[in-house]
Amino acid sequence: METKKRKKRKAFVDEKFCVACGSCVKVCPMSAIQVYNGIMAKVNLEKCVGCGKCAKECPASVITVKEELSILSEEVKVNEKEMV
Amino acid sequence: MKKKWSDYLWILSLTYLILGFFNILFAWLGLLCFFIPLIISLAKGTKGYCNRYCGRGQLFGLLGGTFGLSRKKDIPEWMKSKWFRYGFLTFFLIMFLQMLWNTYLVFTGVKSLKQAVTLLWTFKLPWHWAYHGTIFHPGAAQFAFGFYSVMLTSTVLGLITMALFKPRSWCVYCPMGTMTQLICKARHHKSS
Repeated sequence: METKKRKKRKAFVDEKFCVACGSCVKVCPMSAIQVYNGIMAKVNLEKCVGCGKCAKECPASVITVKEELSILSEEVKVNEKEMV
Repeated sequence: MKKKWSDYLWILSLTYLILGFFNILFAWLGLLCFFIPLIISLAKGTKGYCNRYCGRGQLFGLLGGTFGLSRKKDIPEWMKSKWFRYGFLTFFLIMFLQMLWNTYLVFTGVKSLKQAVTLLWTFKLPWHWAYHGTIFHPGAAQFAFGFYSVMLTSTVLGLITMALFKPRSWCVYCPMGTMTQLICKARHHKSS
């Protein structure tokens, strides 16, 4: 029988709309999310376990929990856009 | 998670609002909530105030979260848009300048002291019970009434959005938050 390997789920911040209030930092049980330079929250993907507490807390609802690969591919897309 | 002293700053915010009902001159203390975030963002380039020390944010978090006085729904898209956040900041600053102008007029004696708190920039609430005279110029009291109006108005707005959306919805359009984020952006833009 073939076993499907589930991709890990991680938090993803829509940085454009993040207000850097730090509500997410307070609830993260893994200390995996930090406010970067008072501009936006950033997730440490190594530490994130995808519990979704930050997403629930975020007053602007700009955090979503997605499968890691889709996050990576989106980051690639963004980088590609920036390169052009 | 172990609580730190800074997790109890909501007590100060609540005390501030209550003190304004007894003696309006306490409103002057609210200037701390204006200067500390600005100093932190200017000196350190972080939103340390919002992230750790904002008692108002903690109060909303407590009332909306722990006490469950919030629907915990998503805030509408337009409320997190740049034009709304910057627009609200501009509006807030204009109203603040107008308040300073009123204070100036009382200082120069053109206008007399009005013992009222203006809620939502419109409704004049009688507030004479909280005024017991001042050893300073009546202008100092006028500033206190004006500043308390600003603080009470923003608390009321914050409570409304807390109930309707997530507990700390106020943080999305808080003028101080928007301003300190802009300062941080400018600072890190220069250095990079």
